[in-house]
Amino acid sequence: MMAPLSGTDVALIVADVAVIGAGPAGIAAAVRAAESGLRVVVLDRGLEPGGQIWRHVTGGSIPRIAQHWIAQLTRSGAKVIHGTSVVDVQSEDGEFEILADSSGSALRVRTGGIILATGARELLIPFDGWTLPGVMGIGGTQALLKSGASFAGKRVIVAGSGPLMLPVAASLAHSGARLVLVAEQAPRRAVTRFAAGLWRSPALVAQAARYRARFLSTSYSTGTWITAAHGTGRLEGVTVTNGRRTWQAAADVLCTGYGLVPNVELARLLGCETRDGAITVDAQQRTTVANVLAVGEATGIGGAPLSLVEGEIAGLTVSPRSHVPDALLRKRTALESAARRMLDAFALREELRSLPSANTIVCRCEDVSYGSVKNAACARQAKLYTRAGMGPCQGRTCMPALEFLFAWQPDTIRPPIEPALVSVLSSEIADNATPSILFNSSVGEAYQ
Amino acid sequence: MAINGGAAELNIVVDDQRMRVAAGTTVAAALFNLGIAAFRRSVSGEPRGPVCGMGVCFECRVTIDSMPHQRACLIAVTDGMHIRTASEP
Repeated sequence: MMAPLSGTDVALIVADVAVIGAGPAGIAAAVRAAESGLRVVVLDRGLEPGGQIWRHVTGGSIPRIAQHWIAQLTRSGAKVIHGTSVVDVQSEDGEFEILADSSGSALRVRTGGIILATGARELLIPFDGWTLPGVMGIGGTQALLKSGASFAGKRVIVAGSGPLMLPVAASLAHSGARLVLVAEQAPRRAVTRFAAGLWRSPALVAQAARYRARFLSTSYSTGTWITAAHGTGRLEGVTVTNGRRTWQAAADVLCTGYGLVPNVELARLLGCETRDGAITVDAQQRTTVANVLAVGEATGIGGAPLSLVEGEIAGLTVSPRSHVPDALLRKRTALESAARRMLDAFALREELRSLPSANTIVCRCEDVSYGSVKNAACARQAKLYTRAGMGPCQGRTCMPALEFLFAWQPDTIRPPIEPALVSVLSSEIADNATPSILFNSSVGEAYQ
Repeated sequence: MAINGGAAELNIVVDDQRMRVAAGTTVAAALFNLGIAAFRRSVSGEPRGPVCGMGVCFECRVTIDSMPHQRACLIAVTDGMHIRTASEP
C-alpha cells in the first residue's frame, strides 16, 4: 500500500490497468486483475481503501468481508495511491494518459485500460434553509461519524429516503446522539412491500432489525418529509410534513438525502454511453469505449455485494487467460433484481419536486436561486445565464437535483473534471520519462 | 488515516487559537467536534459547513497551513496544523 505522493515533481506510472476508486468494486477489480500478473494501479480520493461503505470509525473495526478484500488487495501487487483525484484523461493510439492531483502534486498514469469504480454520491433536493450549517447528507453524516466526529447529545433528525437511513440512524443512536425523528418519504405500503420481499434475503431482514433495535425509542415515520430548515447561522429546527399535517421540530443536525446518484463524470469525459444516469455496460462490464470497463454503483445503484461481484467480473475480463465463472454471472443477476426492487420501493414522491421556493438556493457553490433557473430550457442554459453548476463542485450537487426537479438532461462535460492546482494542470512529462513507481512484475499483455 | 484508540491528542491552531483535538480524525470531524458551524462563507456571505463528507460538495473548504480551499473532510489532522475557518464574518 502506498502513501499519498508528496513533493512538486510530476510522478509517472506506467500500468496495464488503472482502477479509479478503491471502494468494494474497485478493490475486487484490482485484486482479480493484479492476481493475473497485470500491472494494476488504483487511484483513490480517500485516505484508506474501502470507499464510503467500508470507511470505519477511527480506532474501530471493519466488517470481516472488508478485512478480507483489503488484505487481498495488499497482497495482490496492485499499487494503491490515496489522496488522489482524477482531473483529466486523454487517449491516443489505444493508450490512456490520466492526469491526477495526488495530494497537491501532479500524477500521470499511462495505461492500456481503465476500470471505472467511481461510486456514487447522494441526491440532495433543495429546500429553504438546506444551506444552513448542520444540514448534511445522510451518507455525509455517516462519513463524518466514521472520521471521528462526535454527535453525542446532539438532537438529530434523519429524513430522506432509502435503506441508508437505517444504519445511519443506528450509528447515530449508538454514538449518543438524541435522535428526534427518522422520516422516510416513501409511503408505508411501499416500504412494507419491500420489507416483505426481503424473505429472499434473511440476512438483510436480520440486519435491518438490528439497526432498528438501536433506535427503538425514536419514531420511524413513513410518508414523511422535511419542507424547510430554520436557524440563524446554524440549524435550529425544521418543518416536517406528512402531506396532511405539518409541524415544527427542534434539531441541531438534519441528515437528509434521497438516494444515490452514480458518479459518471469521468466516464462521460471518456465518451462512455450513460443511460438513466448510470454507465452502460455489457455482461463483461465493458463500457461502449474500448478498453474502458465500469463497475459498482457508477453502473447503477445496487449495494456493496453487487459491487464486489461486478468488480470481480471486470478484473477477470481484463486478465489474460482468465474467464468469468457462470456462478459469478448468476450472482450478479440475482443481486441486480434485488437492487431493482429496492429502487422501486423508495421511488421519490411528486411533492418533492415542489420543495424549493423562488428564493431557495439550488447551486450552493455560486448561490444561485431556484427562481433564477426555473425558466431555463436546459442545464446548459442555466449554467450560461446563472453560473449554476459552474463552481468548485462542478454541478455535482445541484445538477442531479435540477435534473430531478425539471427532468433536464445532463450537460456535456469538460476537463478538468475537478478543481486542480495550475501546477498540476500545466505539468508536463516527456514521452520517454522513467516511471516513478515500478511494478515487480511486468506482464503487459492485457487487451490483446 | 492513522488508527488510534481514542486516547492520543494533537495540538492544532484554529483561527489563531490553540486547540487540542483527537488524533486520527479528519479536519472536518475535528472542527465539528470543536463546535465550529461556519467552515466557509459562500459567495453571498452565508455560513456553510460540511455536507457530503466525501469530497464531492466542496462546502467544508478551509485554509490549511496557508493553502486555501482545502476540503476538510479529505484531510487528516496533523500535529501543529494551522486551520482558518470562516467563523468570524
